Amino acid sequence: MKAILTVHNLASDLVTTIWTPVFVAIFLAIVAYAFWPRNKAVFDKAAHLPLREE
Amino acid sequence: MSQPSIPKSMTIGESGLAVVFAVTAFLCVIASAKALDAPFAFHAALSAAASLAAVFFIVNRYFERPAALPPQEINGRPNYNMGPIKFSAFMAMFWGIAGFLVGLIIASQLAWPALNFDLPWISFGRLRPLHTSAVIFAFGGNVLVATSFYVVQKSCRARLAGDLAPWFVVLGYNFFILVAGTGYLLGVTQSKEYAEPEWYADLWLTIVWVVYLLVFLATIFKRKEPHIFVANWFYLAFIVTIAVLHLGNNPALPVSVFGSKSYVAWGGIQDAMFQWWYGHNAVGFFLTAGFLAIMYYFIPKRAERPIYSYRLSIIHFWALIFLYIWAGPHHLHYTALPDWTQTLGMTFSIMLWMPSWGGMINGLMTLSGAWDKLRTDPVLRMLVVSVAFYGMSTFEGPMMSIKVVNSLSHYTDWTIGHVHSGALGWVGFVSFGALYCLVPWAWNRKGLYSLKLVNWHFWIATLGIVLYISAMWVSGILQGLMWRAYTSLGFLEYSFIETVEAMHPFYIIRAAGGGLFLIGALIMAYNLWMTVRVGEQEAQMPVALQPAE
Repeated sequence: MKAILTVHNLASDLVTTIWTPVFVAIFLAIVAYAFWPRNKAVFDKAAHLPLREE
Repeated sequence: MSQPSIPKSMTIGESGLAVVFAVTAFLCVIASAKALDAPFAFHAALSAAASLAAVFFIVNRYFERPAALPPQEINGRPNYNMGPIKFSAFMAMFWGIAGFLVGLIIASQLAWPALNFDLPWISFGRLRPLHTSAVIFAFGGNVLVATSFYVVQKSCRARLAGDLAPWFVVLGYNFFILVAGTGYLLGVTQSKEYAEPEWYADLWLTIVWVVYLLVFLATIFKRKEPHIFVANWFYLAFIVTIAVLHLGNNPALPVSVFGSKSYVAWGGIQDAMFQWWYGHNAVGFFLTAGFLAIMYYFIPKRAERPIYSYRLSIIHFWALIFLYIWAGPHHLHYTALPDWTQTLGMTFSIMLWMPSWGGMINGLMTLSGAWDKLRTDPVLRMLVVSVAFYGMSTFEGPMMSIKVVNSLSHYTDWTIGHVHSGALGWVGFVSFGALYCLVPWAWNRKGLYSLKLVNWHFWIATLGIVLYISAMWVSGILQGLMWRAYTSLGFLEYSFIETVEAMHPFYIIRAAGGGLFLIGALIMAYNLWMTVRVGEQEAQMPVALQPAE
């Protein structure tokens, strides 16, 4: 609990509070990207990448 | 020879670097003359000699090379740059044997303290960081540099960026190791675990590491393959995070620019927290992310199977990135660190079970349809067993980070056993497997000199690991239980020296395990040497296939 309300306190409270939902949202977006049906072909091809280089 | 029309001239890199090294040599001679302590004088002289050698190397290389720089492609195929990879692979084997040997010496010193010989240079306190740095940074680091330069070229289908830059990275990195290692023997240390090198070695490593990052990034930028392969993501995370950790943990003020001693910028619990943020993420990003990159390239390649689930590899990567960075406080349970921070570190460590086991499953299941190869290919067996050890030690680690477990395990040999099941089993075996693949590929040999010798290496080293880690488990738990044993009157039941005495047999078993691991590495060095010298010895069908019983 901060006794004095300043812009700095507000900003630091916001930053220390908001990173958890922000990081969770970014991570969920990555999971969605990984499982997006349209990306499947690219990933299946990429899984074979070490096998088809010259 | 084919292009006489191009007049030969030094590139900007060649002339610029030669001048920079000439000036550096001059400055180092002055620093050596004005040095306040003998180790600093020695290191300044060593740096002057190395700088002069660099000038000679650059100029000599210029006179020896054709007018045109090596082409990016020959006949439409990428002209891969294998020189720096070969050098790093060689140095990895050299430092590996040196590091394992020093490990055996200090293990023996713990069993028989007379082996200190009362000499300061080979006392346990100086040899121990020599051992850890030699195996982690010198052996592991050279394996990572060699494999990353190989994998980034092959998976991007592009020649390694830069002409002198890759050589600057591999030579500069090994010079850093030389300065750090000789420093430990001479008593130069800033006393931070896994970050012992003093300020001047740290500055040099910073320069080398930035060039490493640039070479890696520039190679990715000119890739012919549109997709950036997952192993490159892991390598990039390793390079970037180590840079951040190194800069974060090492701000220090030298007592004098002509002396080796420095003082860290912050003290007390802030320093402790920074140190273990660094320390644990060195485990997470040096010993894990980097070697997972090896797993994601070398296991599919060796098994000739695609990655089991590329989707899982993406989630594995990002989960590791999001979680690992918070786990450091578990090294500071029950200290002056605020309680909530300890609990945070513990919680994130437990969450790490998910990506660790996801990664392990992905590595193991890549063998689906190729499990039979484990019977005939000891190199693949080594790679797969390394992943099993990864799963085992990343199960054990989060468990040990739980505060009640930690109250028993912390400061005991259990920690040493845990670290070595990860270091010998996971990092060691995945590195051996990668080098067994890389050496024939880089030197253009059809196969290894002898798969039989790989088999011997595998079983001798595995036996060594089992002896090592089981001895340390028993010893560690015994130690922890003895420390916390009370009599009915509330007095401690055992004096400290009694707990030390109880460790003795386990220290002998541990040293024996380390000795076996070293023997395995010596067999490997001979095998790789013969692979380069004479190539494949036998038709690689080591045993007649027998029907499964």
